[in-house]
Amino acid sequence: MNIPNDLKYTESHEWLRIEGDTGTMGITDFAQGELGDIVFVELPQVGAKVEKGKPLGTVEAVKAVSDLIAPVTGEVVEVNAALEKTPDLVNKDCYGQGWMVKIKLSHPDQVSSLMDAAAYQAMEKHGH
Amino acid sequence: MPYLPNTEADVEAMLRKIGVKSFEELVADIPPEIRASAAIELPGALSEMEVAEAVTRLSQTNRPASDLISFLGGGVYDHYIPAAVDHILLRSEFYTAYTPYQAEVSQGTLQVIYEFQSLIAALTGLDVANASMYDGATALTEAGLLASSHTRRKRILVSSLVNPQYRQVLKTYAVGLGIEVVEIGRSQGQSDLDDLKSKIDGNTAALLVQHPNFLGCLEPVEEMAGLAHGAGALLVVSVDPISLALLRAPGDYGADIATGEGQPLGMPPSCGGPYLGLFAAKQQFLRSMPGRIVGLTNDVQGREGLVLTMQAREQHIRREKATSNICSNEALCALAATVYLSLLGRSGLKKVAELCLQKAHYLADKVGTAFPAPFFREFAVRVRERPEAMLSRMRQAGILGGIPLGKYYPELDDCLLVAVTEKRTREHLDRLAEFLI
Repeated sequence: MNIPNDLKYTESHEWLRIEGDTGTMGITDFAQGELGDIVFVELPQVGAKVEKGKPLGTVEAVKAVSDLIAPVTGEVVEVNAALEKTPDLVNKDCYGQGWMVKIKLSHPDQVSSLMDAAAYQAMEKHGH
Repeated sequence: MPYLPNTEADVEAMLRKIGVKSFEELVADIPPEIRASAAIELPGALSEMEVAEAVTRLSQTNRPASDLISFLGGGVYDHYIPAAVDHILLRSEFYTAYTPYQAEVSQGTLQVIYEFQSLIAALTGLDVANASMYDGATALTEAGLLASSHTRRKRILVSSLVNPQYRQVLKTYAVGLGIEVVEIGRSQGQSDLDDLKSKIDGNTAALLVQHPNFLGCLEPVEEMAGLAHGAGALLVVSVDPISLALLRAPGDYGADIATGEGQPLGMPPSCGGPYLGLFAAKQQFLRSMPGRIVGLTNDVQGREGLVLTMQAREQHIRREKATSNICSNEALCALAATVYLSLLGRSGLKKVAELCLQKAHYLADKVGTAFPAPFFREFAVRVRERPEAMLSRMRQAGILGGIPLGKYYPELDDCLLVAVTEKRTREHLDRLAEFLI
């Protein structure tokens, strides 16, 4: 299971990469593997306000749809438009080209409540 | 069939379990004015033979619409149904079939639905149609909800000339979802565009119109499409499928979603249905469409096969987060429509539509119309006496003369809504005209 060390993680299997006051989010290798072939990703509009713990979009696989949960509160500044035509980027490269949303953090202190790679890995081991 | 009521001990045990002292306390929330004040008086028990006789006697007091000359419309129309439609419907392979979740044993059912979807998409000029909805009212309402979730706006404009029952269903759904429903006024039998312009804004999710509208008149749909899109709202049009053989397809004039009542396509008018909701949309709404969709694909050996697709957003998977509250369809009614449309073909359907149009206009030329707007097979006519009194005399002569409009539009309490299908002969039309002139 690929769990990069430089990212933060949620219990609902999103990852967040912090660069300045902006966080880039996607879903983890574990999540994409569990969902299987991803056929559609529904993302919020740029400018939308998102709230930590609330759904901001959905990921649709052949037999399941899963909510994307905002890891932090803030404003959407960019979404990965490539996923509209090629949602399978999430399966192929979930931490790179399969990124989903960039959020400008309004409460940067929330980041400390997220898990680091070691904690996420431990959660994985003990059954999600 | 025996009826086993609960014993007093049963009742007491159940009340105790849920922590209620008495039956009266359980029903205390029901307003007294709608509760029966005394016990309901029922006659004594009868034997099976006596019940059969009583029910037969009762049913003989009915006058089936098929024995009468019907000018009833208002969303449900008395079209001729070719005998082959019922013959195919009554094949047990179709009418006993369960919902086709298991594709490998359901190819026949799935093929019918796939062809139905293709026919409805062709008829409406839109990219994709679903496997059907419950009826015209729920189809229109679900289109409104789709628009609200797509635009993330909570305000829906609906023309007051949309079928009153459809508007009621829309308002009922909207309450729980926090959606505001605003009605557009009317003028001379059409939606009032000035009122529309004053009400449509950047918070409007959709404009819902019916074309032809409830009074039978055509609406300025092209202009409405421009106004809706100018505000970033979707245009949803509730159509009469027979009219589409003559009128422009909704997809051609900019409708984002077309819905409709499929009953005219091979189903008899009957009290309470079952009816058939039509739902077609532009490609971009494929993933937000309610209900099921059958898709054509290839199996692992490369053979063509049909399956239910786009299911991941529906109730059996997504529960309370599902796109809509329909996870079934009206498969047998969709079969009737598919057989009907296949039998008639493009030219046959056009012929039916032309006959309706010409006969309706023959009658209108004799009796006049309440509004100057163009119409298809239905129109409002002003009458000189109370419409109910006139209808009663017509019934005695074996004619169902139309629908009195005062109940829906108080200012039209001197009007009847009259529908003319291809089944009406010149003699029928002349007989009705005698009452109306």
